[in-house]
Amino acid sequence: MVTKPIEGEKRAFMTGNEVVAWAALAAGADIMYGYPITPQNEIMHYWIRLAPKYDKNFLQTEDEISAGFTCVGGVMAGKKAFTATAGPGNILMQESMTMAEMMRIPTVLVVCQRGGPSTATVIYSQQEVTLTCFGGNGEGFRIVYSTSGQQDLFDYTIKAFNTAWKYRFPTFVLGDGYQAKMRESVTIYDPEVRGIKMIEPEPFVGKAGMPALDRDPAHYRNTYNLEEELYEVVTAMAKEFEQIAPELVEYQEFETEDCEVLILAHGVVSRAVRGAVEALRAQGIKAGHFRPITLRPFPAEQLKQTVQKAKKVLVVESAVGQLEKIIKQSTYGVTTPMTNYFRPGEGITVEEVVEEVVEEVKKLV
Amino acid sequence: METIIEPKMPKVWRKETKPHKFCPGCGHPLVLKVLGEAIEELEIQERTVFGCDIGCSLLAWDFFNVDSVQTHHGRTTPVITGIKRANSNLIGIAYMGDGGGYAIGSQHLVNAAARNEKITVILVNNTIYAMTGGQMAPTTLPNQKTETSPYGREIEATGYPTLGPEMVSAITQEGAYIARGTVANLRQLKKFIKNALENQVNGNGFSFVEALSLCPTNWRTNAEETWKFVEDEMTKYFKVGELKTPGKKEEA
Ligand SMILES: Cc1ncc(C[n+]2csc(CCOP(=O)(O)OP(=O)(O)O)c2C)c(N)n1
Ligand code: SF4
Repeated sequence: MVTKPIEGEKRAFMTGNEVVAWAALAAGADIMYGYPITPQNEIMHYWIRLAPKYDKNFLQTEDEISAGFTCVGGVMAGKKAFTATAGPGNILMQESMTMAEMMRIPTVLVVCQRGGPSTATVIYSQQEVTLTCFGGNGEGFRIVYSTSGQQDLFDYTIKAFNTAWKYRFPTFVLGDGYQAKMRESVTIYDPEVRGIKMIEPEPFVGKAGMPALDRDPAHYRNTYNLEEELYEVVTAMAKEFEQIAPELVEYQEFETEDCEVLILAHGVVSRAVRGAVEALRAQGIKAGHFRPITLRPFPAEQLKQTVQKAKKVLVVESAVGQLEKIIKQSTYGVTTPMTNYFRPGEGITVEEVVEEVVEEVKKLV
Repeated sequence: METIIEPKMPKVWRKETKPHKFCPGCGHPLVLKVLGEAIEELEIQERTVFGCDIGCSLLAWDFFNVDSVQTHHGRTTPVITGIKRANSNLIGIAYMGDGGGYAIGSQHLVNAAARNEKITVILVNNTIYAMTGGQMAPTTLPNQKTETSPYGREIEATGYPTLGPEMVSAITQEGAYIARGTVANLRQLKKFIKNALENQVNGNGFSFVEALSLCPTNWRTNAEETWKFVEDEMTKYFKVGELKTPGKKEEA
């Protein structure tokens, strides 16, 4: 049996879905529970082809409700379990993810956003931000990484397993159909060569020893008899989530030092915005870009600082303000005027962003 | 001098959580009692993971000295499946009500059975949704009054009660164990549950036991009527016995 799926570092030309499967292998994931939905199917396809070579497991469940709950079970049994989905599947998985949240089960879920509402389209979209960040019933204590391309997908899928097992909150890699299906160059690596130490999983149930004799039995529940009991659990969790947030938040800034127009975008749209910043700078327009990588917890403080420096803010997203909502909440009190460019379920090009900014700049003078 | 006789409780019973939280006269603790004894006699306490559903079964979340997980309504089967798939050495028990197993979670029951998951499902049939206050369940008997069938269950409008073990029996292959017992015959119910667990220990396949049970609270019955209902009324429709045992093919 080959143990290391990737030796050292390698250059590859892959689709995002293939990258995720390799990253999960490199991260030492043990088992995937999955249910087909476009555009994430090939994560499963690659995983199941590679699985027997590395002594890994896979189960195709009857639906996403089951994929989510079997994933929770796999983690409870002490394995690095993960799943992937999109769109209506993401909705069905929220039920299990709220349980993972309350029980602090380190599940990893890769979301390849597709255009919603309803069945809609399968490729371009950032319309699963609200759902992924805040889930369903509950408070949405979870960690969400928004990726912008293949390298991110590899890096953050690996990271997601460590984040999940370290902090014990469900962790999401939020990609999209475009990243999932396009092919581009990427460096894949054994995390060890980059000095990344993978956290060893531990069982929640089925630990060694006789329950009640050698150890307490593990009793996990997600039902509470009294409101006060639940209040205590949730309040403590909220406090902890807030405390760990500074260690977790990630973001990138491009040319924000002296920027007059600040463009905000996340995920794959961030790449168009970066291109636009370069083009605008070449025209003498002082544009800059802030990209939140963790959408939950959100780099609110850092964003606030940068927004205050600009004269104008433009939010660009492939949705009708799902990111904007988070931004507005996070920058409450800041008076910099904010406009938006929304293309729900559509791709956004460099040229469109440039045009939009040029229009906005005209209004400034 | 008065002597107080302490009831002898199996080791798997968690004394700290007794008295339990079920209503007086409830059938759940009877099923749990024989389940506990079966776990003890098979000496699988150390590697058992007990999963319970939402519904009155959730009151069993800390009932035993075994590792447990209480999950969402209808989702106990996939949680236990996930655990078992990740660690085949564990003995996974999914414990649920008829609502959890035959309504909201039926897709999980059907597919786990069809895949021959090596887990044990124990389903308590009290003919109603008890925890939510006595609504109609898939197992509610014809003409039975519930909160959502106040004039009696009309078969024309709502169909016949689900015959769970019969259905599971029809979709499982060799290696499955399927039985229906009743809290009115605890010794037999214990044998069925023990057989079902042993089937998992032997790595044969899916095992499923439905237990006919009591809910005097929602049935609004006194002791006599409660037992009459479970012994006479329920058994007219739900036949007690083993439906499938590994090795032995179904009787034609
Ligand atoms: C998704 C979802 N829908 C509905 C409920 C409300 N609910 C709680 S218990 C229950 C019925 C339980 O009935 P059953 O499974 O037969 O178990 P019993 O209480 O009779 O033991 C329902 C509908 C829920 N908790 N979750
Ligand atoms: S409501 Fe019925 S099933 Fe639930 S604990 Fe009471 S008697 Fe038992």
